[in-house]
Amino acid sequence: MAINLEVPKKHRALVDQAHQVAMNMLRPISRKYDIAEHEYPKELDMLAAMIDGLSESGASEGAGATGVRRDADDGDKKGAVKNGANLASVTSVAEMCWGDTGLLLSMPRQGLGNSAIASVANDEQLERFKGRWASMAITEPSFGSDSAAISTTAVLDGDEYVINGEKIFVTSGERSDCIVVWATLDKSLGRAAIKSFVVEKGTEGVKVERLEEKLGIRASDTAVITFTNARVPKENLLGSPEINVEQGFAGAMATFDNTRPLVAAMAVGCARASLDLTRDLLKEAGIEVDYDKPAILQSAAAAKFLQLESDWEAGRLLTLQAAWMADNRKPNSLEASMAKAKAGRVGSDVTLSCVELCASVGYSEEELLEKWARDSKILDIFEGTQQIQQLIVARRILGLSSAELK
Amino acid sequence: MSLISNLKPGGKHGVPSTESRDPIGYLVAGLNRLAQTDLLDKVRLRKPAEQAVFSVTRTGFKTMTNASRTFAKAGKKGQPGTRPAHAAASGVFDLTPGEDEQMLVDVVTEFADEVVRPAAFEADKACTAPDDLLKASLEIGLPILGLPEALGGVSEERSAMAGTLVAEALAKGDMGLAVATLAPGSVATAIGLWGTDAQQQTYLPAFSAEDGTVPAAALALNEPTVLFDVLSPSTTAKKSGDGYVLNGTKSLVARGDSAELFVVGADLDGKPVLFLVESSTEGLSVEGDPAMGVRAASMTKLVLEDVKVSADAVLGETDGSTYTECVRLSRLAWCALAIGTGQAVLDYVTPYVKEREAFGEPIANRQSVAFMVANIAIELQGMRLLTYRAASRAAAGKDFTREVALARKACTDKGMQIGLDGVQLLGGHGFVKEHPVERWYRDLRAIGIMEGTVLV
Repeated sequence: MAINLEVPKKHRALVDQAHQVAMNMLRPISRKYDIAEHEYPKELDMLAAMIDGLSESGASEGAGATGVRRDADDGDKKGAVKNGANLASVTSVAEMCWGDTGLLLSMPRQGLGNSAIASVANDEQLERFKGRWASMAITEPSFGSDSAAISTTAVLDGDEYVINGEKIFVTSGERSDCIVVWATLDKSLGRAAIKSFVVEKGTEGVKVERLEEKLGIRASDTAVITFTNARVPKENLLGSPEINVEQGFAGAMATFDNTRPLVAAMAVGCARASLDLTRDLLKEAGIEVDYDKPAILQSAAAAKFLQLESDWEAGRLLTLQAAWMADNRKPNSLEASMAKAKAGRVGSDVTLSCVELCASVGYSEEELLEKWARDSKILDIFEGTQQIQQLIVARRILGLSSAELK
Repeated sequence: MSLISNLKPGGKHGVPSTESRDPIGYLVAGLNRLAQTDLLDKVRLRKPAEQAVFSVTRTGFKTMTNASRTFAKAGKKGQPGTRPAHAAASGVFDLTPGEDEQMLVDVVTEFADEVVRPAAFEADKACTAPDDLLKASLEIGLPILGLPEALGGVSEERSAMAGTLVAEALAKGDMGLAVATLAPGSVATAIGLWGTDAQQQTYLPAFSAEDGTVPAAALALNEPTVLFDVLSPSTTAKKSGDGYVLNGTKSLVARGDSAELFVVGADLDGKPVLFLVESSTEGLSVEGDPAMGVRAASMTKLVLEDVKVSADAVLGETDGSTYTECVRLSRLAWCALAIGTGQAVLDYVTPYVKEREAFGEPIANRQSVAFMVANIAIELQGMRLLTYRAASRAAAGKDFTREVALARKACTDKGMQIGLDGVQLLGGHGFVKEHPVERWYRDLRAIGIMEGTVLV
């Protein structure tokens, strides 16, 4: 084996495919759904059918939201380095976000809830929720990053849990078939009592209260959902119902190790859209980056572009690393957070700087540069903000507990 | 120069030329002169003492180049030399070093931990690498690391990746000593990559000598020019009879005083070209050129005055392609050095901030401190992956122009930030030489400035 950081040969067809879809399906409707916020992008149903077909045929390597599952029995040769579904997922998600991040997030049956199910569901649940579109409901009005502060409750009553509470920022909350809801079994037991439940839409007591109007990713609906005595079968609890104080939050947080590289990949894809177009526009304006000539001897615009591209590539490679580790069963909490932190901040820097480089052409709605600069901001926030990622990285590097490094 | 312009303060001591003196300024300048003549021992004007160790002093010391060896000509002129095979491409994304590479890294890491790091402080101060350390570096085979087996080396294929890992591991010990020990091998690697059969047969056997007589050698591309563009050297090569005449000054040439073979970059008919110049050639001189950092590499200026070399002194192509490739591979090596030193910073500050207490608890418990450490770790890993990608492409014979440029950008900017933060995290203690972070700060400034010198 040898060190090689190119996109694996066997994924190249998949990446090309995703790129073609992004270019020919997402880009043409990108501005349309940015303007028509909350309108359902019906074009996506066709695309979702195509993705399901590809996934059935095995051509997609299990990429997409469910590609984060770490199967126990993948029957690979022992010791052989694997380029599997995690790597396929981040590369294809990046391509799709090069097309449109909001639309990728609206892709039927590719919700974050699907990733959560794929990460922690048992085989029976996996089968039962197959083909469903699952959104994820964690955040509440009173907290964001501090997931341990969950106040939505789940109380076992016979064969059902009764759920009560209010969830905000539920991506695809209106369009999804079901919602993965995070709730506490007993608030006094802290993090260990927090579990996730699959709640079917249409369950009595589940109500989409309103949709948010947002800075970016406007094609994606972001819902406020209330749960009033909503009853779900107890088999819908994901993972173990035991409250294991020793293990604490680990089970629930494991989802994030798998989804953070995906969000990092979104930032990588969105930022590349800006870089690609800006490179083009700069060339028309007579500026081309010379990779051999020292940056300080080139125009300020070229030097800036080189810096953006370098930062972007670092974010991209960190993302691939985190996914590669997941594929090869290496613990990757640290690397997933590094990828998310770097790609998240680079996503903002690249898209905002590209607007600046392109001046009013970048700022005007005539081009999509301004849209990408709005879309990218959320990627440094959801699935753990920049600050949360830094906290995780710092705790890991320094070997400090959450009590020591608050 | 007229008397008036001599009295102007600009152009000396870092004073910009736009400055002028007012009457008080003249008075102060005069007093300063007087003070410097050492009135305390009024006997006579003090004679400026010649510094014994030439490399530590900046002024006026010139010496001849090392002339101890002449390389006996061998091999077939004009015949292409042996070339290492490209590393096989597996098509699999993988961050695991090969078995051979890992073994090499383990050996070098041990050397870096046990020999290089303990010697770093003194070597930095003395501007020279200790002899026994240089000898030990020969024993672990550093000079022949980049050479294929057919040329007396160790690698089966193009070893840019192994070279990168080794440079990183060495620089974790110390960047200056890493440069001192890697410089000869860099020249050998260059001859292996681009030399003719004659050049390889003439020079390479000396590098695989097992009796400790491996020559020091230097890859001299830098020049003392503001806004220096390595691709347009002002050192010139002019055709003259059968050979060339070289004129110019190269700066920051590692171990120039002891080097027996130079690879010098010069402009030939508008294209940058590499020339092999033996230290015994007439017209060469070196002077000490110590810098802010990387001091253990005994940096010198190499002055070429009407240096005559034969027609077969040209290394590689004359169309600029070999030279450009050389620049890229050397930038790659500097990236690897930045990663190694960056890792040294991270490994040093991590226990420090956990032990150092302020306001009743370790400073690591504060986010402003902890996040600085987190960002060092994040950017360092980014630098590493960028560099590895460029290196693996180089080893596989793929174009790596863009990749090495992106790696160099990150290693220059983020590397310097890591140097800054390393000192900052130790506060006042970071500023004094009791801790190595100030050295790493000085060393990390070299990335992005240095061209040539080392190469993988």
